[in-house]
Amino acid sequence: MALLEVKNLSRNFAGVLAVDKVSFAVKEGETVSVIGPNGAGKTTLFNLLTGQDQPTEGEIVFEGQSLIGLPADQFASHGIARTFQHGRVFGNLSVLDNVLVGAHARRRAVQSRLPLGGLASELWAALFRPAATKAEEKALRQTAETIIARFGERLTPRLQQPAYSLSYANRRRVEIARALALQPRLLLLDEPTAGMNPTETAEMLAFIRLLKQQGLTILLIEHKLSLVMQLSNHVIVMDNGQKIAEGPPEVIRNDERVIEAYLGRKQRLDQPAANEAATVIV
Amino acid sequence: MPHFLRTFFDQTINGLVIGNIYALTAVGLALIFGVGNLINFAHGSVYMIGAYVGWVCVTQLHMPLVATFGVVAVICGLLGMGIERIGLRRLQNSARIAPLLATIGISFVLDQLVQIIFSPNPQSFPNPLPTTRLQIGGVSIGMTDLLIAAIGIGIGIILFLFLRYTKIGWALRATAQDRDAAQQMGVDVNRVNQAAFALAAILGGIAGMLIGLYFNTVYPTMSFQAGLKGFAANLLGGLGNIPGSIIGGLVLGLVESYGVALFGATYRNLFAFVILIAVLVIRPNGLFSRKRQAPPEPLTGTFIANNKPITLPVWGVIALAVIALLLPFFVGDPYFLQILTNAWLLGMVALSVTLVTGTAGQTSLGQAGFLAIGAYASALLTLRLHWPFELALLAAGLITAILGTLLVLPAFRLRAHYVAIATLGIGEIVNQVILNWNGLTNGVMGLTNLPPPTFLGVVAVLPHQIYWYSLILLLLGALFQWQLLRSPLGRTWRAIREDDIAAQAYGINLNRYKALAFAASAFIAGISGAFTGHMYTYINHETFTNTTSILVLTMVILGGMGNMLGAVVGAVALTVLPELFRGMADYRYLFYGLALIMMIRYRPQGLLGSI
Amino acid sequence: MTVTAVQPLLQLQKIDTFYGPMQVHFGIDLHVNSGEIVCLLGGNASGKSTTMKVILGLVTPRAGHVIFDGQEITGLATPKVIRRGIGSVPEARRIFANMTVRENLLMGAYKRNDKAEIAQDYERTLTLFPRLKERINQPGGVLSGGEQQMLAIGRALMGRPSLICMDEPTMGLSPLFVDRVLEQIQTINAQGVTIFMVEQNATLALQIAHRGYVLQNGRIVLAGAAQTLLDSPEIQDAYLGDGEA
Repeated sequence: MALLEVKNLSRNFAGVLAVDKVSFAVKEGETVSVIGPNGAGKTTLFNLLTGQDQPTEGEIVFEGQSLIGLPADQFASHGIARTFQHGRVFGNLSVLDNVLVGAHARRRAVQSRLPLGGLASELWAALFRPAATKAEEKALRQTAETIIARFGERLTPRLQQPAYSLSYANRRRVEIARALALQPRLLLLDEPTAGMNPTETAEMLAFIRLLKQQGLTILLIEHKLSLVMQLSNHVIVMDNGQKIAEGPPEVIRNDERVIEAYLGRKQRLDQPAANEAATVIV
Repeated sequence: MPHFLRTFFDQTINGLVIGNIYALTAVGLALIFGVGNLINFAHGSVYMIGAYVGWVCVTQLHMPLVATFGVVAVICGLLGMGIERIGLRRLQNSARIAPLLATIGISFVLDQLVQIIFSPNPQSFPNPLPTTRLQIGGVSIGMTDLLIAAIGIGIGIILFLFLRYTKIGWALRATAQDRDAAQQMGVDVNRVNQAAFALAAILGGIAGMLIGLYFNTVYPTMSFQAGLKGFAANLLGGLGNIPGSIIGGLVLGLVESYGVALFGATYRNLFAFVILIAVLVIRPNGLFSRKRQAPPEPLTGTFIANNKPITLPVWGVIALAVIALLLPFFVGDPYFLQILTNAWLLGMVALSVTLVTGTAGQTSLGQAGFLAIGAYASALLTLRLHWPFELALLAAGLITAILGTLLVLPAFRLRAHYVAIATLGIGEIVNQVILNWNGLTNGVMGLTNLPPPTFLGVVAVLPHQIYWYSLILLLLGALFQWQLLRSPLGRTWRAIREDDIAAQAYGINLNRYKALAFAASAFIAGISGAFTGHMYTYINHETFTNTTSILVLTMVILGGMGNMLGAVVGAVALTVLPELFRGMADYRYLFYGLALIMMIRYRPQGLLGSI
Repeated sequence: MTVTAVQPLLQLQKIDTFYGPMQVHFGIDLHVNSGEIVCLLGGNASGKSTTMKVILGLVTPRAGHVIFDGQEITGLATPKVIRRGIGSVPEARRIFANMTVRENLLMGAYKRNDKAEIAQDYERTLTLFPRLKERINQPGGVLSGGEQQMLAIGRALMGRPSLICMDEPTMGLSPLFVDRVLEQIQTINAQGVTIFMVEQNATLALQIAHRGYVLQNGRIVLAGAAQTLLDSPEIQDAYLGDGEA
């Protein structure tokens, strides 16, 4: 069974179909990339898959359960973590705290199922600091530091620095570290190498490859296509909200439709008769 | 004509006349919002100043009415341009809530200037118009009614022609629709902003002058209500929507008029605030919009600058606390101790505001409502149920926490500055309910003979006893808050403040943590309010007003958002400084307003930095 | 393309642009000669639109110069840039949705005061775009995408610019409209207006352009005559394989 199954997903913004009947599946351990020109609907698709936005129609099934209608925080509790296109770190929080926020959904105080249980247990844990809470916090901190250490010297020396003081590339790393702290079942990366120079991009490629080798399921939006080609099990191509192609990277690379979506049509249409045009316009 | 029908017609005319004035105010706010993306809190002050300029012209200078309108328009227009200069243009690169806070500061300053010049007392504004009333089919219409109607309709037509047929009118519309595109047509948006502020101020000033004529009185505090009602009308019609604002104004006027007829005059102000909250929560785009979600946020983000806060080691804080505790042994002056007692109690409120606004990022302008709930809860428990003070104080904190959170609950779905407006409205609603719930609160009369604070049976009445009591409450409140902030809760709140969408994407249930923040905040504020009430031994609906809310927010900004030590430092500074210059006592609110404007402009992170 | 002795109408010299900590442009050099159609091509996030913003003064570069008509306009406020004689057709058209077609067009002439000539230009624009004439009193928001694009171009023309900057004029248009818009751009150019356009749709843009530049990750990686670029195999690489990583 696929880990994530998306069926006929659509999102209509005031008459514009940003995502138009998109279906695909992601199997456990796969890396799947979503590519397409600007405005193709990739980020909208991500927003739908993480609960930031609700689809107009369609189905999102994760581990056999439908996630439609759940708030974004519930998507996270199901083990779906994401990074954002332009990077959304918590600027005035330290690197460590940023990553610890990623572990929020794993804290025991959060998981109470009673109506006001979460509220009460948070308050109890904060005011009276039972030993279990302290131990949990310590364990989370250790995990967070381990995750940060995976980026080597890039982040470790900056553990206590506020995120706003970091370079662009480091912010992207913090975001990924934060997503990993959730111990996600599915990781969605929205342009993880945007704004990075070639060296940093190569590092990120190696990092994502490592995650993949460790068995993490990854859904990736990326513009640097060589990266996509090297990482993906299969590639989904979107244009104008629709999935126009899907397949292994080597096939996608030479697909006429894909080249056309990116570069435009090779030839202009024959000049149409005026009245013909009118029917299209109105 | 049957009596009830005549009453109905009379109330309809009343409502339309007052509605006309709300519409004029609302249209100004709509213009400024449309062009400058700013909710101008100083608009009510311009309205009040318009009324005063009119009053001076008519009663002191004996000018004819037509000339008076001209003078009002010119002075208010210039004032509007000034507000744009200070409140908007200089803050274009600041945090986006900064201009809103700056207009609050400007409004403080303007209101105070008028109080200083003309005294806080109402001035009578005799109507120079003939008092004859037209009788049309049993309905009577006064000359002022006609004047207001004529001016309202006249201005509506002029505005329409102006926007439709003048070049600057086109620039205004284009800028409101798409600021960037307008710039790419060569439109200088700064000048357009200035024109919008001038125009809005002219309309607001004339509205104020008309209301002065209508009620035959002008007074400095008319500004706040007017601003908020104009805003309610504007929101009702859709924030940047000019025709919508006109309809919103008329609807609000009618609702008020019928409401007063049905429930009584003291309810007048309640309707506007209930409408305000209801629209914000149910139809944030106004009555005429199909979209249900809030419009794109004009003022996203909180007032947190990137900075390195100044922190004090724990022993330093303990040392300060010890010094404060020992102070009465060295300074016996009861007046001085009283001032510091006020500082400690306001310091608690500042802590509560810095928790919810600074740490959790939910700008609260309604903290006075929490103070009032706490004060009334404890007063009623001791007076009616004869609870001991200590127990009542704690209960007051808990009651405020629960009631306060429930009141703010509907506003949780709002973001950024909409929260500020909603909390402001909620604070006002609390006030209005206290005013009108006679059976419980004794209405306008308030509650008297509150028992003085006691501690384990010992009555605290002497200045140094009260001083210690309030200081210990402050320290306990601070300890409570510190305990929360150093737990994962503090981290979660700050994550919500920094980026609520990202926070939610990592599994944070926003409502739960907003509720916790408001509950903790209301708990501390409620205790402070309760203690203050018993210290005064008397409370009524005016003990805690929106001025308190704004003053406390100023303290928090002064000290640094989210910074607990900063909140207390801000409270002490703003309480003690005006006292150091005794001669300045009358100017204290002027000082507060200026402090707010200066901080926003020159040191947005506050004295100690935000955390 | 040899460098002519005549000074180019628009010149970008060694532009470096940043958004916060993120560098978008790395030493961009390009020029547009009077009378040309020049297109700037590139894939997603290559820095195309930012180039437009730099020219129009919406973004100030950290280093480098923008020179228009022999004068430095780097960092000048947008309205002032427009008044120098640059017209703009913004990305996604940015029509004033609640103003009529007529009002939109006349907003294009906002900076001008020569009433008689504005009236002439107005007539000329409507001759060029007869469809706009049919909808002259309708609000801009109800027009179709293609009509809005014509309105945006017409609006820019009304400012009587010597250079029009167009940001993705074919984006989101149906194939029929794409061809029409490109034709109209050619007509305008034939009437003496210089065109600088940013496009993702490379093959079509190069069919009407004289010259082109290809931007990739904030650097110009290819430049040359349109036909040369069209035939060059590297252009596909620039879009699809980034040669990096």
